Amino acid sequence: MKSKSTGVRFWIGAILFLAAMLAATQVIRNEYPFFAGYIILQFVVLAVAWSILGGYAGYVNFGTSAFFGMGVYTAVFLVKATGAPLAVQIAAAAGVGALLGFAVGLLTLRMQGIFFSIATIALTIIIETTVTNWRFVGGAAGIQIQRPPVTPPFDTYVQMLFFVQALLVVLAVAIARYIQRSWIGRGLQAIKDDELAAECTGVPTLRLKLLACVISGALMCAAGAPAAMYFQYADPSSAFNLNYSVSALAMSLIGGTAHWAGPVLGAILLGVTQQFLAVTISSEVNVLILGIMLVLFVVAAPEGLIGLIRKIGNWRAGRAT
Amino acid sequence: MAVAESASPLLRINAVTKRFGGFVAVNNVSVDIRPGERFGLIGPNGSGKTTLINCISGAFRTEAGTVMFRGDDISRLPAHMRTRRGIARSFQIPRPFRSMTVAENLLVALDFTSLHGFASAVQRRDIVMSILMRTGLALKADVPTGNLSQVELRKMELARAMATHPKLLISDEAMAGLAGSEVDEVLDLLMKLASEDITIIMIEHIMQAVMRFSERVMCLDAGKIIAIGTPAEVMANKRVQEAYLGT
Ligand SMILES: Nc1ncnc2c1ncn2[C@@H]1O[C@H](COP(=O)(O)OP(=O)(O)O)[C@@H](O)[C@H]1O
Ligand SMILES: [Mg+2]
Repeated sequence: MKSKSTGVRFWIGAILFLAAMLAATQVIRNEYPFFAGYIILQFVVLAVAWSILGGYAGYVNFGTSAFFGMGVYTAVFLVKATGAPLAVQIAAAAGVGALLGFAVGLLTLRMQGIFFSIATIALTIIIETTVTNWRFVGGAAGIQIQRPPVTPPFDTYVQMLFFVQALLVVLAVAIARYIQRSWIGRGLQAIKDDELAAECTGVPTLRLKLLACVISGALMCAAGAPAAMYFQYADPSSAFNLNYSVSALAMSLIGGTAHWAGPVLGAILLGVTQQFLAVTISSEVNVLILGIMLVLFVVAAPEGLIGLIRKIGNWRAGRAT
Repeated sequence: MAVAESASPLLRINAVTKRFGGFVAVNNVSVDIRPGERFGLIGPNGSGKTTLINCISGAFRTEAGTVMFRGDDISRLPAHMRTRRGIARSFQIPRPFRSMTVAENLLVALDFTSLHGFASAVQRRDIVMSILMRTGLALKADVPTGNLSQVELRKMELARAMATHPKLLISDEAMAGLAGSEVDEVLDLLMKLASEDITIIMIEHIMQAVMRFSERVMCLDAGKIIAIGTPAEVMANKRVQEAYLGT
């Protein structure tokens, strides 16, 4: 009963969110909020996607940038080869991400702990090197991308990309929420707590981790696809920038991974901070601040913002009775 | 005796060997476990009891030999498939899912092993509660496993194993470190489960418990079987007394 009504509330919330984003594109004339907002929404998708494997299953993935970059280059390739529209670019990127997730998962998910994490870094480097040597999509020098005309009701391409990224946020959150509340989430949580005990309780640990890796990879790749059009340019060192890996991880952990809302909160908090800092100071300071916040949270609030909120809630409830 | 031996075994361990590097932890062990049997497994520390259990439950792959369960060779199956076929175990050092409550620990088992996947949340809760009732944990259903006492943790492990609907339950030193009355509680629980048509292998150091529980006892030493038979026979065995009781 209770879960049904929260389901209704969730979808009403999602529709209201999308309606508000759409309305904003129709009302606000200034381009800047959409430029900045796009990046924040993109990080929300990345953080939520990261948490499916990194949070629920506890497999700390440093390969976000590999998936993101593959998303960018799937779009670049399609635009150059076929001139495919944005929706096709994103769908294809999701497919590539799923396949890549499956392959990476098969190669790495038998490893545990730090070994898994190191393997994901190694794979990122391999993939980036491969793309850097791929002439068709511009090689190391990068490639210019021509934006096609914008689709109504949007006035500018950036507004449209902003709304598309908002749609991806809803998709990612809906999937993460479904996983968290279903048998898949319970299985991943069991894996995170104790993998051997999980196996001996009937959890197909390898298959479940693979599934998480596939879903997480598909969403990360999809989140990267519109970036080609957003920047109108792509080059390997930006598309595969380690910053995406660090940010997705930090946002997810700072937000807290026990609930899907954690990565959303973390991404908004850090994303907004980064946008302000990028304007006022420099992008290097950005990374520094990210690092400091991550350390602070790991030490002082290992359950993240979600954990803090719950603790305060419990404390209040305790005082009230 | 003749009748029991002619019945096809529930579990057949056939020449199983497990090495760690050059060290042979389980050395060419063969034994049949009959359906419904209460089987005691004893042996000094490091004699290979837990390793043998790991080979049966699938936590380790065996180097040589086969494990047959209900007539099928399960030697190559991953652990979760063996659990689904009806082999459940507890761990010598309890391994609860720490971020979950007691009831949630059991729900993992229901979600992944049984026909109850499609049962409603209410039905599933009923199944969990009935298992917790039988294991004496009903009042702890919604307690995080981190707040359990040692004996409660041991019971939780047995309850979680029960939630997989096992035909064979392996209890790895579920009474170690418990006080006298708690030992009796766990022993009574295992006896009760055995009376419910579940075959049980009990690893235990507490001799009284082994004697009371087991229909048959096997003693390992340095990875090899040194005695197998009725509890009285095994206790009377000289090599058992040297290897085990002598220490
Ligand atoms: N994972 C492992 N790696 C290496 N050696 C192990 C491992 N597990 C057990 N052993 C060794 O195998 C032997 C048997 O251990 P174990 O089966 O735990 O004995 P028991 O349960 O009878 O006390 C011991 O010498 C132990 O050190
Ligand atoms: Mg042992």
